[in-house]
Amino acid sequence: MSKVRVSTTINGDPVEYLCAAEETLLDVLRDRLGLTGSKEGCGTGDCGACSVTLDGRLVCSCLVLGAEAEGREVRTVEGIAKGDQLHPLQRKFIEHAALQCGICTPGFLVASKALLERNPNPTEHEIRFWLAGNLCRCTGYDKIVRAVVSAAAEMRESR
Amino acid sequence: MPLDNPKGQSFRLVGSRPDRPDGIDKVTGRAKFGADMSAPGMLVGKLLRSPHAHARIRRIDIKKALALPGVKAIVTRDDFKEIEGDLRDVSRNVMARDKALYDGHAVAAVAAIDTATARKALKLIKVDYEILPHVTDVEEAMKPGAPVLHSDLFTQGVEPTPKKPSNIAKRHEFGHGDVAKGFAQADVVVERKFKNEATHQGYIEPHACLASVGNDGQGELWVCTQGHYAVRNVCASLLGMDVSKLRVTASEIGGGFGGKTTVFIEPVALALSRKAGKPVKIVMSREEVFRASGPTSSATVWVKIGIKKDGRITAGDAVLKYQGGAFPGSPVDMGAMSAFACYDLENVRAVGWDVVVNRPKQAAYRAPGAPISAFGVESVIDELAQKIGMDPIEVRLKNAAHEGTESSYGPTYGVIGLRATIEAAKVHPHYKAPLGPNQGRGIASGFWFNFGGQTCVSLNINIDGTVALAVGTPDIGGSRASMCLMAAEELGIGYDQVRTIVADTSSLGYNDISEGSRVTFSTGMATIQAARDAVKKLCGRAAQMWGISPEAVLWENGHAKPAGANAGDFPPLSLADIAKVAANTGGPIAGHCEVNAEGAGVSFSTHLCDVEIDPETGFTRVIRYTVIQDAGKAIHPSYVEGQYQGGAVQGIGWALNEEYIYGADGKLQNAGFLDYRIPVASDLPMIDTVIVEVPNPGHPYGLRGVGETSIVPPLAAVANAVSAAAKVRMTEIPMSPPKILKAMGEAQRR
Repeated sequence: MSKVRVSTTINGDPVEYLCAAEETLLDVLRDRLGLTGSKEGCGTGDCGACSVTLDGRLVCSCLVLGAEAEGREVRTVEGIAKGDQLHPLQRKFIEHAALQCGICTPGFLVASKALLERNPNPTEHEIRFWLAGNLCRCTGYDKIVRAVVSAAAEMRESR
Repeated sequence: MPLDNPKGQSFRLVGSRPDRPDGIDKVTGRAKFGADMSAPGMLVGKLLRSPHAHARIRRIDIKKALALPGVKAIVTRDDFKEIEGDLRDVSRNVMARDKALYDGHAVAAVAAIDTATARKALKLIKVDYEILPHVTDVEEAMKPGAPVLHSDLFTQGVEPTPKKPSNIAKRHEFGHGDVAKGFAQADVVVERKFKNEATHQGYIEPHACLASVGNDGQGELWVCTQGHYAVRNVCASLLGMDVSKLRVTASEIGGGFGGKTTVFIEPVALALSRKAGKPVKIVMSREEVFRASGPTSSATVWVKIGIKKDGRITAGDAVLKYQGGAFPGSPVDMGAMSAFACYDLENVRAVGWDVVVNRPKQAAYRAPGAPISAFGVESVIDELAQKIGMDPIEVRLKNAAHEGTESSYGPTYGVIGLRATIEAAKVHPHYKAPLGPNQGRGIASGFWFNFGGQTCVSLNINIDGTVALAVGTPDIGGSRASMCLMAAEELGIGYDQVRTIVADTSSLGYNDISEGSRVTFSTGMATIQAARDAVKKLCGRAAQMWGISPEAVLWENGHAKPAGANAGDFPPLSLADIAKVAANTGGPIAGHCEVNAEGAGVSFSTHLCDVEIDPETGFTRVIRYTVIQDAGKAIHPSYVEGQYQGGAVQGIGWALNEEYIYGADGKLQNAGFLDYRIPVASDLPMIDTVIVEVPNPGHPYGLRGVGETSIVPPLAAVANAVSAAAKVRMTEIPMSPPKILKAMGEAQRR
């Protein structure tokens, strides 16, 4: 079974890998590249735990083939902090207790960051609809929404 | 352990909201969950599952699969010894023996060099099934002539024991007084039948484990579980291993809610690894989680309650029928015990029937059994309040259980917080807020027992005065933060100076599972005791350094001090001062505690819910929700609120959206998050919380567990709100739009 050779950029770094034609980007990230921050909650694009951005667009990496990353730019939860500096969303998620078990958190952070890049001042309504593709079973979403509101406010102030 | 100071306590750290110690790991992707671990030479394990709801397994032919290059081991029922006793059903659930009892029941498993090979091998395994008639509905399963799952199951709890096997495993009865007498005294009696569909805990992390058994018979298991000690003991029994030869490490856990309190894939991974001589990783797919882990019961509930015009309840009676899947053990006993636990009743009875059907063996789901019976009881109380023209809060206040009440399940309550939660609901702005058209408000209360249990912690004082606390209860929702707070509170040091880890099974004594709302209570109690044990030793070392008697040393604000003028005049020694020279004063300093924690205070909650119904479609939205619950003492209020909010939203999902749907073929029709719809962010409002603190006399800080009670009232709170908005009593959940439309249409025609 021949493999596909892929050259891509992940969190700003050039990366090359071989993957099977049917292998998902999520499996490549987790099993070939050791980037286990993206989680598989369903494998069918329903839970958002595997959220990454592909050329800035929010996608479920379980619905993208590894081969499709060729020449693209992938960003994952591992690329959100800059060195030891957490992104405001990361700090606010901790501060607001916006996670309990934390399995959905990487997906929520990637999705929230994508939202704030498009809309720096979202309403609660807009946040809830943007994040409707990310399932959380622990929090009831209350503290997640508050953390995103709070991070957005801080990011607006520091601009 | 009794409450330290019943007159009230002040805390330095407890009750504050510091960042959780595992926070950064969890926002950066560094935290390692069940599926995130790998090992050199690791194989991939996959399970073959029955496509039939009920079938005799005549023969399993693995020859072709085993011959496939890359396949390293296959296990079937032949690789698991027959187990009798308590673990028999667990063993048969893990791997089917003579019969497959539900769609998804494991019949074989493969370990191969990669996923593709493992999948191919599964297709090459030939299972010869004799398909049998099946039954998935609880009432159908109870009927004479229903397909019988187990030829050796004879109903317990009835006299005389039946001579014929059936699907009715057991009858339970709880209560006191004379319900017939009570109903005769009532001015108004309401009786109704309720129905609920089965739901799944819906944790976002599928079950996952990595097993490695060496040729010396020693094993390691990495697993996402609520209780790695229990996993160790069960797996060792199922595989015939010495407990000491199996070391289980709990990964970070991506939600459990009771569903990760048992074993499914773990013994299989160990058996494959033992056979292949290599590490084996098994990760369930979401479909497998739905089909073959442990959802909760579907049930029918009949409730009859009588009331006087002055609002006093004269009698309560209930009959509950819960299916627990393919094996006995539905939580109907706890449903029956808790059904009327909120009320101070002279005449009360609850009968529960435990029934088996061709569905996956149920597992615990947050306050197992209680939401189902509370749905019926709290709905009928709402209806009675309407009938006598009394505010539902007043009816609850008139009948609320209190200190000294003989509970409906037996024990007499000590200090409890139910009344405080109802009174807080009464004065909450939510209760007085005006409602718009097509909107309705519901109120409901709920009860949960809470649990203590076996607990063991070790608290080690490091050389620099920091502290390493090892606990044995997996942290599901932030409990490490609470442990750090309690240890630091006791020792008089900073929160950041304590690091709490969840130790593996070889590093600490046995710990019961993280369940029953027990962790912050029991592990917290053990932590406090271990810290006090360490303080005693620290004082002893200080006494030694000063050359005075240990009794003449006291511990204050993180320092050893002479107890009084007679003890001598010495400058205080900090924990770090004493730790630094520990090598010269007797060696390492540590505090320990092994306890079977008792005194878990029962827990109560009252919820307010507003809904709005679209009268054209029946679509219902929760527009406001308030959870009021007694925490005894909130150690980390943010995570207490989180438990309130999360439980409420799971309950909202159960009330409005979630259900297991079985086809006539006995197969699960909606084994995925698209068709089994849990609430998403856009479905919900903010979930308001009120933390009531009525100290538990059985804990040094007064805390009560908070994890489960929050899922008990929502089914009824939402149903009462929908019933008010729709102007018709809703008795079946989930209240999907078609059901609501149908009920509204029927009410209009009447």
